[in-house]
Order: sequence, then C-alpha cells, then structure tokens
Amino acid sequence: MAEKVLMKGNEAIAEAAIRAGCRHYFGYPITPQTEVAAYMAKRMPKIGGCFLQAESEIAAINMVYGVAGAGKRVMTSSSSPGISLKSEGLSYLAGSDLPAFVVNVQRGGPGLGGIQPSQSDYFQATKGGGHGDYKMIVLAPASVQEMASLTIKGFDLADKYRMTAMILADGTMGQMMEPVELGDVEVKEYDKSWAVTGTKCQRPHNIVNSLSLVPEELEQLNFARYERYKAVEENEVMYESYLMDDAEICVVAFGISARVSKNAINEARKQGIKVGMIRPITLWPFPKAPLLAAADHCRTFISVEMNMGQMIEDIELAIRCRRPVTLCNRVGGMIPAPEQVLEAIQKANEGGQA
Amino acid sequence: MQQKRITVFCGHYGSGKTNIAVNYALARKRAGETVSIIDLDIVNPYFRTKDSEQELRDAGVELICSDYAGSNLDIPALPAAMQRPIADRSTTCVLDVGGDDQGAVALGRFADQIKAENDYAMLFVLSFYRPLTQTPEDALDVLREIEAACGLRFTGIVNNSNLGDATTAADIFATAERTEKLCLLSGLPLVATTVRADLADDPALRGKVVFPLHLQKKPI
Repeated sequence: MAEKVLMKGNEAIAEAAIRAGCRHYFGYPITPQTEVAAYMAKRMPKIGGCFLQAESEIAAINMVYGVAGAGKRVMTSSSSPGISLKSEGLSYLAGSDLPAFVVNVQRGGPGLGGIQPSQSDYFQATKGGGHGDYKMIVLAPASVQEMASLTIKGFDLADKYRMTAMILADGTMGQMMEPVELGDVEVKEYDKSWAVTGTKCQRPHNIVNSLSLVPEELEQLNFARYERYKAVEENEVMYESYLMDDAEICVVAFGISARVSKNAINEARKQGIKVGMIRPITLWPFPKAPLLAAADHCRTFISVEMNMGQMIEDIELAIRCRRPVTLCNRVGGMIPAPEQVLEAIQKANEGGQA
Repeated sequence: MQQKRITVFCGHYGSGKTNIAVNYALARKRAGETVSIIDLDIVNPYFRTKDSEQELRDAGVELICSDYAGSNLDIPALPAAMQRPIADRSTTCVLDVGGDDQGAVALGRFADQIKAENDYAMLFVLSFYRPLTQTPEDALDVLREIEAACGLRFTGIVNNSNLGDATTAADIFATAERTEKLCLLSGLPLVATTVRADLADDPALRGKVVFPLHLQKKPI
C-alpha cells in the first residue's frame, strides 16, 4: 500500500528518483533546490547509492555524462544560474545520445537574480540552452504529487528515447509542502547494449562520443536524432484540459501559474464567463494539436506565465496566429494573483480579447 | 509542557518547529511572562519566525533574528543581540532552531551556557509523516544526530505528526504507537501532542496531551 507523507516538492523529486532506480546523484547546492541534494545526501549512503557534491555545476553534469555512458540511471539538479553552467554538458549528452535526468527549480533572473520563484527558463529548456540542434523532454509539474510522478516518467522517457528529460519546476513547487502518496515503482528495463561497461574481450568496443569530424556522417547523426524527436512529438505529448468543452476563452498556463489560473477560471465561471484552460504538462513536446483544435471554438487565448512572455510564442505558432494571444504575467520572483488572472479573463470576455 | 526558563525546539527539517515555537512563545506571554523568541535557523531562507513578526510584536513578544531573515539574501548569520535574553535570567527564552543536525550546529555556541544555568527544556519536534522520520528508529537516528551536533541532550518529545491542511484526528491518533516506541527507545517523555486548533476537541484525541496550534503561514 502506498503510504501518505508530507513532502516538499524537492524531496518528492529525490525520493521518486530513488524509487525509479536512480543510484547516482551529482550536484552542487543552490537555492531553491538544495533539498534535492540534502535528501540524496541522507538517503543514498543507506541504499548503496552514490551522492556526490561536485566542485562545480560543470563537474556535476560531466559526472552525469559518465554514469549515463555506463548505462545507469543518473541525475543532477540545480536552479536557473546552475543550469546555465550545465548547458554545455546538456549539449554533449544530446550529441552522445545519452539518457539523463535533470531538474531545474527556477528562480528569478537573469544573472544571479533572486531566490524567489520564476518560469523564465522556458526558452532555455525548450529551445536549447546549449549549442547545436537538440531537444530535451521538458516536464512541468503543478503539484508535489506530480513532482514525484513526472520524475518517474522522466527516467523512463530518457531511457526510451536516449535523451535528457528535464523537470522544469519553480521555487514554489520546490518549496511547498503537500501530502504525497508514493507507491512502489516498477523499474522498467531498456536496451542499453550501447553502454560502455567493459568488453571483457567478448564484444567490439562501444564508443560514447559527441565528436564527429566527417560532415556527411555528422549530418546523418542529426537526421537520425530528429527521427527520434519526431517519435517523441507523436507519442509523448501530455496536457490537462480543464473546462474546455464549451470554452470561448482559453487560458494556457503551466506549473504554479496553472494553479493560480484554475482559481481565477473557477471564479470567472461563477460570473458566467465561458473560460477553460489547457495546461501543458510536457513543454516539449508542446501540445500543439489540442491548442489548434481549441482555436476553432475559442475566440481568444491568454498565456499566464512568470516571465516576460516566452511560452506565448509557442501558443501563437500552435494556433497558427488564428486568434489573438495576450500575456498575463509577473516576473522577478513575483507570482500572479488569481485576481490579476481573473481581470485578464474579464477583459478578454468584454473586448473579444484581453 | 515543562515550564523552564529556556525552551529549545529542535527537530528534523519540516517538522513544524517554527509553528510550535511561535505558538509556545505567545502562550508563555499570555501567562504574564517577559518572553523573547530567538530565530536560530541558519538553514532555511524561506519559512521562518520572521514571518510572524507582526503577531509577535502585537503580543509584546520580543523577536530576535538575523538582519537577513526574510530579505531573500541567502546568508547564514546570527545577530549578537541573541546573547542578551539567553544570559538574562529574568527573561523567558524560546529558541527556534534550524532543521536537522546542520541546523542544530548554530545552537552549539550556547550549549555550555545553557547547561551551566540548567533551567532549560530541549524538545524534539517530530512528524511521523515526514519522509525521513516515518519509523521510531529513523526518528531516533535524527534525534541523536541533532544532540551530537549541538552538544545538548533532549528532555522531551513533541509529536507534531501532520499532513498539512489535510490532517485529520485519525492521522494523529495513528502515530500514538510509534510515539510510545520512540519514548521507550530514547528514554524521553512525550510532553505534548500538537494539533491544528480546530482538531483539539476531537474525541479521538481526548485524554492525550494536546497543545492546540494556530498555524503560522507564510503569506504568498
């Protein structure tokens, strides 16, 4: 039976990762995700796992590269500035087609910014961050329970597609406490015949490498990688649809912004406004199809996000600019209040757009 | 609860120390004492005693905390002013210590002084619904780690088992057996079971040592 415990979002990620079979954690402390590392430091030695506080973020991500190359489940976690430091490693992981699990509990930026929550690393997570053509599977939890369930999902997706899966949370999600039920997790086995585990003189060498000096070959590697990405886009889109059946206004929000928006939508519904929400759970692959379908019956869209307007570009592309999309936002560590979102909904209802 | 001049609340991370310390300081104040509450938390930059500043001030409880508390500046620092109420034997002192052994390190600085006066209670705040203290054995490990880090021995246990807003009286009742086991293992008495104020009259908890809590929540 699953036991109920009261956990911080950061702790839920750490415990879920352990249950998903992760026995290697490498990190470097930064608020507001330090509890992930603190939890791993306490638990890993008791279960024969490895917790290592690296000398820097760059060292940590390269340790992840090493364990991933050996075919073992491995993770690192950080917050915005730390993820910037890890971005070179993320590109190398992609270039070597290695499965890895990375957590970004975002804080306000740019630069050192502050320690309060933010969603301003959306571009960094979904459009690259590191150099070269690559994608990561980006998961956006909106509750402590989802911090756990999407962690488990993330490890599976990473192994299945040999790519990095990232949890893109924010300081609120990391710090808030909620009751969570954690059951036993069935750890799925994936083919890792490519892993560098020692040939024992019984098979040819496996090579993990992102260097490819023959342009014809490097092109083919990129083409093959994007075939896999295409499969991810076809099979792995996740989103929540809330009161969308008769909606004329569509709110799009993820993570903590979606929770705030839900309160505002409930209030607007009481006032007779036909508003619903599409909450992307995967930010990449982005839920393009349900948004395009919503453009058939919604006359306007509102993007609620804690940045200067990043996801809004993906919404416009998904609906092919058929409807106006307006931005309802706070930045710098501020969280939109339900009243602010409600006001945006009311304006959209009155004017045909927000 | 034991009424000593100095009451120290220690426990694992997220056990509810700050909530209890603030409620306890206000209760001692209502009993007519001169009360100072000292925020010794050097671990958590978010939820801390400072969040209850207004309520404490209105009640006439002195709050002593780092100049950086609540400033988002993530710097572990302790103000010199906390020495005064710890030394002043006419003041009732409530110490809110940071979580786990890392948090308890800050208390070590005052250990000799507190032991020398020998008029203190040091209470282990515990929730069996937190992930790393779900069994009496795991809780005992944390208890001993904290003692080793600060150089003071616990004198009692506060059972603050809860699931946040979702807590029911049955959830609390379900931890009674584990609490007894921890008391046996540690040789310490259970001095209070803390519950959300609206649960204090629940029949399931009748006859238990209950201390009702008015929850201090961080405003968003």
